[in-house]
Amino acid sequence: MTAYRLASGGLIDRSNTIGFTFDGASLSGHAGDTLASALLANDRLLVGRSFKYHRPRGIVTAGPAEPNALVTIGTGARRDPNTKATVAELYDGLAATSQNRWPSLAFDIGAVNDRLSRFLSAGFYYKTFMWPAAFWEKVYEPLIRRAAGLGRTDLPRDPDGYEKSWAHCDLLVVGSGPAGLAAALVAARSGLRVILAEQDFVLGGALLSETTRLDGEAPFVFARHALDELHGHPGVTLLPRTTVFGWYDDNVFGAVERVQKHSATIDAARPVERLWRIVAKHAILATGAEERPLVFGGNDRPGIMMASAASTYANRFGIAAGRSVAIFTNGSSGYRTAEDLSAQGVEIAALIDSRTDASDRAPDGVRVVRGGGIIDTKGRRRVRAVIADRGGFEELIACDAVAMSGGWSPVIHLACQRGGKPVWSQALQAFLAPEAGDGLVMAGAAAGHYRLSECLDDGARKASAIVEALGRPVAGFERPVVGEEVDPSFTALWHVPGARSKAFVDFQNDVHGKDLGLALREGFGHVEHAKRYTTSGMATDQGKLGNINAIGILATMRGVSPAEVGTTTFRPFYTPVSFGALAGSSRDEHAMPVRRSPLHGWAARHGAVFIDAGLWYRSSWFPKAGEKTWRESVDREVRTVREHAGLCDVSTLGKIEVFGPDAAEFLNRLYCNPVLKLPVGKARYGLMLREDGMVYDDGTVSRLAEEHFLVTTTTAMAAGVLSHMEFAAQVLWPELRVRFLSVSDQWAQMSIAGPKARTILQAVVEDDLSNAAFPFLAAREVRLKGNLKARLFRISFSGELAYELAVPAGYGEAVADALMRAGEPQGLCAYGVEALNVLRIEKGHVTHAELDGRVTPDDAGLGRMMGTGKPDFIGKRLSTRFGLTAADRAQLVGLKALEADKDMRAGAHLLKDGAKPSTINDQGWVSSVCFSPTLGTHIALAFLKSGRERYGEKIVVWDKLRGVETFAEVCDPVFVDPENRKLMA
Amino acid sequence: MRYSALSIFKQALAGNLGWTPAWREPQPKPHYDVIIVGGGGHGLATAYYLAREFGIRNVAVVEKGYLGSGNVGRNTTIVRSNYMLPGNEPFYEFSLKLWEGLERELNYNVMLSQRGIISLYHNDGQRDHYVRRGNAMMMEGVAAEQLDRETLKKMLPFLNFDHARFPIIGGLLQRRAGTARHDAVAWGFARGADRLGVDLIQNCEVTGIRREDGIVTGVETTKGFIGCNRLALAAAGNTSRVGEMAGLKLPIESHVLQAFVTEGLKPCIDHVITYGAGHFYISQSDKGGLVFGAEIDGYSSYAQRGNLATAEHVMEEGVTMIPGLSRVRVLRAWGGVMDMSMDGSPIIDRTPIDNLYLNCGWCYGGFKATPASGFCFAHLIAKGESHHVARALRLDRFERGFPIDEAGAGTQPNLH
Amino acid sequence: MASLISCPHCGVRPKEEFSIRGDATPVRPAPMASDEAWNDYVHVRANPRGRIREHWQHVAGCRRWLVVERDNFTHDVFSVTDAAAGRGGAQ
Repeated sequence: MTAYRLASGGLIDRSNTIGFTFDGASLSGHAGDTLASALLANDRLLVGRSFKYHRPRGIVTAGPAEPNALVTIGTGARRDPNTKATVAELYDGLAATSQNRWPSLAFDIGAVNDRLSRFLSAGFYYKTFMWPAAFWEKVYEPLIRRAAGLGRTDLPRDPDGYEKSWAHCDLLVVGSGPAGLAAALVAARSGLRVILAEQDFVLGGALLSETTRLDGEAPFVFARHALDELHGHPGVTLLPRTTVFGWYDDNVFGAVERVQKHSATIDAARPVERLWRIVAKHAILATGAEERPLVFGGNDRPGIMMASAASTYANRFGIAAGRSVAIFTNGSSGYRTAEDLSAQGVEIAALIDSRTDASDRAPDGVRVVRGGGIIDTKGRRRVRAVIADRGGFEELIACDAVAMSGGWSPVIHLACQRGGKPVWSQALQAFLAPEAGDGLVMAGAAAGHYRLSECLDDGARKASAIVEALGRPVAGFERPVVGEEVDPSFTALWHVPGARSKAFVDFQNDVHGKDLGLALREGFGHVEHAKRYTTSGMATDQGKLGNINAIGILATMRGVSPAEVGTTTFRPFYTPVSFGALAGSSRDEHAMPVRRSPLHGWAARHGAVFIDAGLWYRSSWFPKAGEKTWRESVDREVRTVREHAGLCDVSTLGKIEVFGPDAAEFLNRLYCNPVLKLPVGKARYGLMLREDGMVYDDGTVSRLAEEHFLVTTTTAMAAGVLSHMEFAAQVLWPELRVRFLSVSDQWAQMSIAGPKARTILQAVVEDDLSNAAFPFLAAREVRLKGNLKARLFRISFSGELAYELAVPAGYGEAVADALMRAGEPQGLCAYGVEALNVLRIEKGHVTHAELDGRVTPDDAGLGRMMGTGKPDFIGKRLSTRFGLTAADRAQLVGLKALEADKDMRAGAHLLKDGAKPSTINDQGWVSSVCFSPTLGTHIALAFLKSGRERYGEKIVVWDKLRGVETFAEVCDPVFVDPENRKLMA
Repeated sequence: MRYSALSIFKQALAGNLGWTPAWREPQPKPHYDVIIVGGGGHGLATAYYLAREFGIRNVAVVEKGYLGSGNVGRNTTIVRSNYMLPGNEPFYEFSLKLWEGLERELNYNVMLSQRGIISLYHNDGQRDHYVRRGNAMMMEGVAAEQLDRETLKKMLPFLNFDHARFPIIGGLLQRRAGTARHDAVAWGFARGADRLGVDLIQNCEVTGIRREDGIVTGVETTKGFIGCNRLALAAAGNTSRVGEMAGLKLPIESHVLQAFVTEGLKPCIDHVITYGAGHFYISQSDKGGLVFGAEIDGYSSYAQRGNLATAEHVMEEGVTMIPGLSRVRVLRAWGGVMDMSMDGSPIIDRTPIDNLYLNCGWCYGGFKATPASGFCFAHLIAKGESHHVARALRLDRFERGFPIDEAGAGTQPNLH
Repeated sequence: MASLISCPHCGVRPKEEFSIRGDATPVRPAPMASDEAWNDYVHVRANPRGRIREHWQHVAGCRRWLVVERDNFTHDVFSVTDAAAGRGGAQ
């Protein structure tokens, strides 16, 4: 037995016993415990296995820098792999499982790597596994992958919810230790809006484990008073269990609050984690300092932990790390731990101080080895003894725990996330945060002020300066009287000489001193190279403990100062953040909003099958009883339109109203075809280009009045075209007097197409719709029976006599119903976008299947539309480039299938008959295919090199992806009614 | 020093003290036949192939930071040749073929892992696009497979089949695609080039390009002037800044792309998977971290860091595609500066200035191109003419009207 | 890049409300300008590191096109103005 719960003391609630399991064993702890403290209380020293060598590992820290004590918490779909036991709040029913071991934590086959470690030096994998080639994926890599990784997940669906919030404040204080609390108090008393964020579940930071008295009382008492006061300030928000993980531009901070990660039962109405985006006018980082491990032989055995962690476990959690603890230190902090442990009656096996000239006083009865160092440790699954060396004199010191202190590093992570480089302080032997500017300051230990009194003063001082900067009177802060303080000085010791066994720098990734030596020897001495070559600092703790020692070791070996070595880059996230928290509620069906046409209900009532079209759901086809396949329905719909009439919902088209004296001029510059002389009451097909001469979008332009147009866009490009028009109006030609407005959602629009369209429509429209009164391309307001104003456009995508009728969105369903009733005797059917697609392919009309952003008007057979006589329009100038007018460009053609038993498919490519498939021989591609019920065969639209010269050619439709090759005849893309007789009828 | 299992064994028995530097750290000579600006993947590969394939060994690579400090060490390590357009596909397939022999050629294990890339599609239009792409690949002799929803369900049961806003209807698979260890690629080419006599000069920033009578004669650097017969720029991310020293105005905008890695996990995702209803892509490294990214942040930036809103959007796409990612924790986010070109495709070409050669515009697809980019750039520098697979990657293709626009997005770089 | 953009019409808003088009420096040439001028406008970018002007649109707000002047290395924003205002256009 090593670690145990002390009879008294600590901030835990001993009256509240909590049951939990670890690898199936039932254990108990108390409210206020972390999983780590509860494991220690149960003498569970061995909690994990390291990444590479699978060495047995225990708890090293009492906080978020923990490299070793990673466990999976939870069961079923609520398993959280790689959770740090040192920050996991204990709760009733917590189920923890150890990781990276097989078959068990105590006996792990993977530990054979440790025996072979000399063959597995840094970067060994770059030098082998190359022969034979096929063995990498089949043999070596699977072995490596199985051995690597930490926690396990089979990626089950997460049953829990997440949410996001914005917060705004005058001052964000990160960290609730002495500096943070002092800062928050000053700011709160001065009337600032303050957010105090603390990653721990208890506010107070170092005050919770500190023993120096404040105003004669334990420091946590001061913390409680401070928090009570802060609670009373209306402008203060306290966020425990909230880790500020990132500092972004404009002083915006990302933070994650663990709302329900400390409970076995989850309230489904609340999130388990909440992402905060905190907009802070000012921020104070009072993030404290991290104690450094010492790099000595065998420094990784279970039972070896940071001295500050040993103190924290004793003072805050009432736990002795061992019965006989050896302390190894290079500064005064080790003495403080000796005091803390002695005060609890724990035996100190020895206090080994690397310094020869230290004046620190150890507690009475503690043996101090000055000028000494540990060179090796004994024990396998827990430490049994250390071998100390002093000037060549070796001594075996029995112990069952080791507390090590290698000095302190301010936690500057967040302050370095925006490009600022840490600054080396020779005096403090540590990197400090760069000057960040107005928005962010460091305070307390994070700023290199380690004494408790300094922390309190610094926090208050920094907050006062911010209050002043905000132009407010500064409220007073009377610092409590601080008891006897320890001088936290230390003498840097990057690597303890004489290591008999591996001296680990990065515990989790098993990087030890010799690996860094090897890296340097092989030319990887740059700190970034060393990191990437050895993987030091790349584990889940991102080098919070080890990086500084790696830098010190590299500096020593290179004979330069750590300042010259520099640090690797600090990046988000300070500690890892779940996908769930960052994604919030944007997931599954809620990943993106859904848009429904005003005729959605009408379509649903007629049995429509809906299909995604961007955010929209569009009616795809309308199956009738007895129809077994979508093709049956679509073929019927197409035949019905061609022979009788059909009604199709086209409401999703973009609709933009354009007004103003210069509206015509504006549109004339926007479209490649002329618009200026479009008569009032007429519509015209319009083609917009990008400035590079490629087709951007197509639609119709209708002139409703001299200075009033309505333009339509494709469904897909509605938003883009609006922005494009706004850019043109606001940036390119702000002198034009034009205004426009998207009315896409205001109108329900339906196409009525087919020989009977006029008859049906006339039944609901008051106005005369005769060919003379309402000819092809007429576009104007009409009055429906019942006195509803509507807009009617005689335009056709299907090639039939067709109209598009637009009515205010709320009337859409009623009008559609009226049309369906009126059309019933005429054989009217509802048709969907699939039939619409067939109809337009038969008529040779293009959509974005053809207009894919690489197509010129001429490629699409629309070259004659270009208003080359216009002085200017978007895309005019670059459309004349050599490559855009080359004779061998792929041009739109039609294809007629020549082999009935083999169907063509969009995406097939084209080859000359007999040509060998190759990129050079590639003649083009098929953009749209359908079975044409009108022609009784498969037809396609395709782009073929110099295609318009090749009508009649028999060509290979090459679809190797599907294993289908078939012949087709090249033809004009207009398959149906090329003379437009039906259209004009 | 040759690397092998035997060398590892022998060195291990000698305490691993006998390993020698992977490359020299030479001082620059006064003059080189070729100076390459940029010690990233492309620059190092160019140097290697110049020496290896074209016999030009009096070559220096000058790098302002450390070797591999740019995008070769910041990408998401994906290697593939699943392009659609004839200007691209032969080039990337040439690259993939070079990848397949790279480890033995370099005597360096770059851990090429041909795990396969699956590009998901979610509607008929996307399907048709991927079929067109797959057939374009097969025209070039590159195997591609179309996977239907049922096949995907068996292969990738963790995808969001039941609650997706945009249902998965299929995918395009290129089995030969996969990942490689990015840093190792830079190191392998560096070591290979060094062994052939190339000088790799780190911490040497180019501050000016010297021209005499219009002809480039060398570079001013923080280590002094270095003369050369031919100067080759391979400084993606900073192309415009270096080009500006020679008065070049280029079709390039610098943008930041973020990438992410999760905590290590036991193997759970075997393939590279790309999302069709967004830009998300993901794979798992040999170390166990899930490596992923999505679209660029969208604004001009030379800062190698991204913003939170984009990161959140990436995660949204991630959990939408794979709901089980929700409880996986993201360890680290970083950013790289991309040369976004005006059509989304790269440039390997001469410049209007004699003796000055240009390799740039890789957008966020440069890693997979590393070997071919080096090979073709070396070919151009050595022979004065484009390699046949890189003929379309010309600088003047924009003014002449031959863009290579895989996205069909036109000349707005942040849309590619 | 800025997490927040101060729209001259709507005030300080999150970046996600805006879309970005790109460099605001090139000015569309006259229709009869040289081929080079047109090529430069459409394809060539100075792309300096440092202070730049960029076109953003407040798509989820006033829908105005804005010129954001900022540093593309430090990500400091110096000014946000209405694009039309800079060109003498009507507001």
